[in-house]
This record gives sequence, C-alpha cells and structure tokens, in this order.
Amino acid sequence: MLRIENLTVDHGAIRALHGVSFSVEKGQLAAVIGANGAGKTTLLRTLSGLNKASEGQAHWGDHNILHSKPEKLVRHGISHVSEGKSVIPELTVSENLELGSLWRRNSKESSQSKKEVLELFPRLGERLSQRADSLSGGERQMLALGRSIMSKPELLLLDEPSLGLAPLVIEQIFQAIRDLTTAKGLTVILVEQNAMGALKIADIGIVLNLGSIAAIGSAAALKDDPAVRAAYLGF
Amino acid sequence: MFEFINTLLIGITAGSIYSLMAISIVLVWRSTRVINFAAGGLALASSFVGAAVLEKTGSFWIALPLAMVAGAVFSAFIEFFFLRPLLKRSGDKGAEIFLPIIATLGLLGIIKTILSYIYGERIGSLPPPLSDKGFIVSGESIALSPMRILILGIVLLLMISLTLIFQRTNLGLSLRASSFAPEISRLAGIRVDLIRTVGWAISGAAGATAGILQTTNGSGSVAPESFEFSLLLVFGFVAAVIGGIESLVGAVLGGLTLGIILAIILMYVGGSLVFIAAFLILILILLLRPQGIIGAKGGRRA
Repeated sequence: MLRIENLTVDHGAIRALHGVSFSVEKGQLAAVIGANGAGKTTLLRTLSGLNKASEGQAHWGDHNILHSKPEKLVRHGISHVSEGKSVIPELTVSENLELGSLWRRNSKESSQSKKEVLELFPRLGERLSQRADSLSGGERQMLALGRSIMSKPELLLLDEPSLGLAPLVIEQIFQAIRDLTTAKGLTVILVEQNAMGALKIADIGIVLNLGSIAAIGSAAALKDDPAVRAAYLGF
Repeated sequence: MFEFINTLLIGITAGSIYSLMAISIVLVWRSTRVINFAAGGLALASSFVGAAVLEKTGSFWIALPLAMVAGAVFSAFIEFFFLRPLLKRSGDKGAEIFLPIIATLGLLGIIKTILSYIYGERIGSLPPPLSDKGFIVSGESIALSPMRILILGIVLLLMISLTLIFQRTNLGLSLRASSFAPEISRLAGIRVDLIRTVGWAISGAAGATAGILQTTNGSGSVAPESFEFSLLLVFGFVAAVIGGIESLVGAVLGGLTLGIILAIILMYVGGSLVFIAAFLILILILLLRPQGIIGAKGGRRA
C-alpha cells in the first residue's frame, strides 16, 4: 500500500504541496483531480523521485520512497509516465519499449513483457521499427504506457494520459488503464484534468486545490457530490 | 590527375583522423551538452601514455590499446570529478551557461601544464609502426603507404564497432536514450549519470586513437606544447560542426569533407591558408547550414 503523510513540497519560494496525507490500498486506482496549479504533477514527480520533498513521509509497502532517485525507485516497482506522451521521438517504437526493461537485464523476461504489451496495444506491433515521432498522439500514449509496463511496475503513476487526445482515444486509454489495474493487480495514481473520465474508472478520488486535499473519498461518491461537481466537474 | 588522386588520398587519411576527434567531441556533446575543449588535452596525454608504453615494450600494438584505455580513464575521471559537480551546480541563467565551456578550456590548459611539468623539453616518440613510403604505381610513388592503409583500417574498425555498440547493444540504447531524453530515461530505470560517464570514456578512447594516429601520420613525436594537437582539436571541432554536432555519421562525413578540402587547399593554394580555411568553413557552415550537412532541421539522429 502507498501511504503518504504530511507531504510538503516547495518549488523555490513557492509551496506546491501543503501537508498532503492519504493512502491507497494495493490494487486500487486513485484518481487525483483538480485545477491547473493544484499540485497534481508535483505530487507524482515527488513520488517518483524527480522532485524533492521538504517535509513528510511516503511509504510504498515498507520502503521509504522519498529522497530516492527515480532510477532506483523503478527497481522498487514504481513507474512514472510523465506528462505529455513520454516517449523518446528519436528512438523506434521497439527501442522505446525495450528501454523500460533494460534495467532488469533479463532478455527473456523482456521479450515476454513485450509480447504482453503488444497484445494489449496491437497497433504498436505494426509500427515496431518506425520512429516514435511518426506515431499519432494516442499511439504515443499507448507506447508510453507500454514502456512503463515493460518495467514490471507495481505502482503506476500516470500524469494526464488523456492530454490532447480525441474523446474516442481517451476512452480507449482509460479502459486500458482500468483493465491493467484489475488484471495485474496494480496500484495506480492517475492524475487528470479530465475529472469525469478519471472518476468513472477510479476506485477512489482525491481532489487537490492549491496544494491541499479539498476532498477525498470513493470515486462514485465524489462523482455525485454536488460541491465537487460544481467546483471540479463543471456541472 | 595523378596529383589530384594523391591529394584525395592525403585528404582522406587526414580527414579520417579528424573524424575520430569529431566523434570524441560529438559523444561528449550528446551525453552532457558540453563542448569539450579538453578533448585535445586528453588526446595529448593519452598519446604520451602511448609513447611511454611504446618505449617500454617496443610494440605499437600494445601502445595503441593502452593509450585508448588511458584516454577512457582520463576522460571518465574528468567527467566524474569536474564536470558532474559543476553541471549539478550551474544553471542556465546569464553567464552560467558558459561555465562548462570555460571549465573545459581551463582543463585543456591544466592538462598541458601538467604534461609540461612532467616532460619539460622531452618529447614522446611515436614513429609509424609500418612503412610510410608510398606504393609505387607505374614508376611513380602514390600517397598510399602501408601506414596510411593501417590508419584507414583502424578508423574504419573503430567506426564499425561504435555503430554496432550504439545501434545493436543495450548499452548503446541507454547511451542514445540518455542523450535524447535524460528524464524519461531515468524514469525508465536507466542510470543516466553512469551512462554519461561511459559516454565520456568512449569519447576519451576515440580521442586517444586520434592523437596516436595524428602523431604517427605526422611528425612522429609528441610534445606538451604540440601545434599538431591544437590543429587536431580545431579540425575535430570544425568536422563535428560540419556534421551537425549531434551525429556520429555526420562527424565522419564532416571529418572526411574537411580533410579533402584542406588537402586540396594545401596542394593547390598554399599551406599558410589551411588554418584560415578551416575557420572559414566553420563560419560558412554556421551561417548557411547550422544543422550540419546531414542534419534535418531540428531533427536528431543516431
């Protein structure tokens, strides 16, 4: 389980997160929603080791994950797909995928994972030798997710996978995220602007506002909460 | 015609050595976004190691690989103890962006000073291991000797090995990924800091080879204040820029292009213009085609 207590993060003089505490059970999908600048991306970047925390604690299982480097946290099963279709455009689709499993140094497991990814996203299979910058937005997001799966994660941190995608593609990606969570027993933190879409597939919801938790609860309850609807869902 | 072919052969041999130096510069640029002027000093120091090994063992075939190892170690050392802490502290505000480049210039001076301190007026001797007398074709001596063939062979072998490493191995994938997108690479579990050091090490080995070959192809001896090595650094840098600074293939093409152009100028115009010509080419490329001869606009290639 992921347990976060009193997490506080500063960007220079600006406090991005103020004492955030919550926990997510193993196998749960948590949607983190909120306006721009609410601290959603900072939360993910801190959990994956890209940003430094000023105060607080974060534990994944028994492991204290603050103050570790991202490349080390990957080895503890934490995989972060950063914002904006995090693929390397100059590399081929196949190389982008392989990148995710390099640290495991096990080519047999790696090709097994690759097979799984290609079953999940068959379109990537048709484009293995193409450069990633030739892919559509949706395909790039699939590739980013695929690379993350290649690293055999247990905790998946996803930053706005729906960004800039067409509604139909968003639906596909969200469905894939839900299926993965269930099928592999992953724990997922899904940061989204698309609050409605995210709450639909999530188990729990966390609403961030100006760096603090404004509401937390089951995704279904949040979706129907009039205050949350008015402030964050836009109706 | 005969003269022209000879000029081409001289240009290609010299150019292949510039290519190695260009590769050395490109590798560091790709891994840390630093123009490494210390590369000239590292090549010089490695060549002294090569000369010392040659003196002890009498074998060029032991001296060359050991000089490459020395170059790799020196270069990795500099990355680890100087550039890494410096880059961690320097930002991109105002004059801060010049810090790394000034640092590599400073290191070049420091390396030369250390070599002067150790060697003083003494020189390291690296004579050609094979005959540098040109083959005789229909009664005339051509500019192709066993030594020149050896140089071309070594450069070709290194380029093929580097291509295989970069395109076919996991290390190569890590090197390319870390240079294109360090953050994504770290999130994928790549130890980007370590990979950078490896990139510098390969660069040092390539620079050492360039230094040894430049010496054996030239005066046969190496001194701390060697003008030959200043030329090698400048020509390697110009070749890297011609090739678009990002690309290994570009570095090779840039080196060969520069070598041939300079050989033609040397033969038909005059030796005193060679240095100026190199700078003119540099300025022309930067003005007309800053992405290099093979670079696509804004694109990056392996």
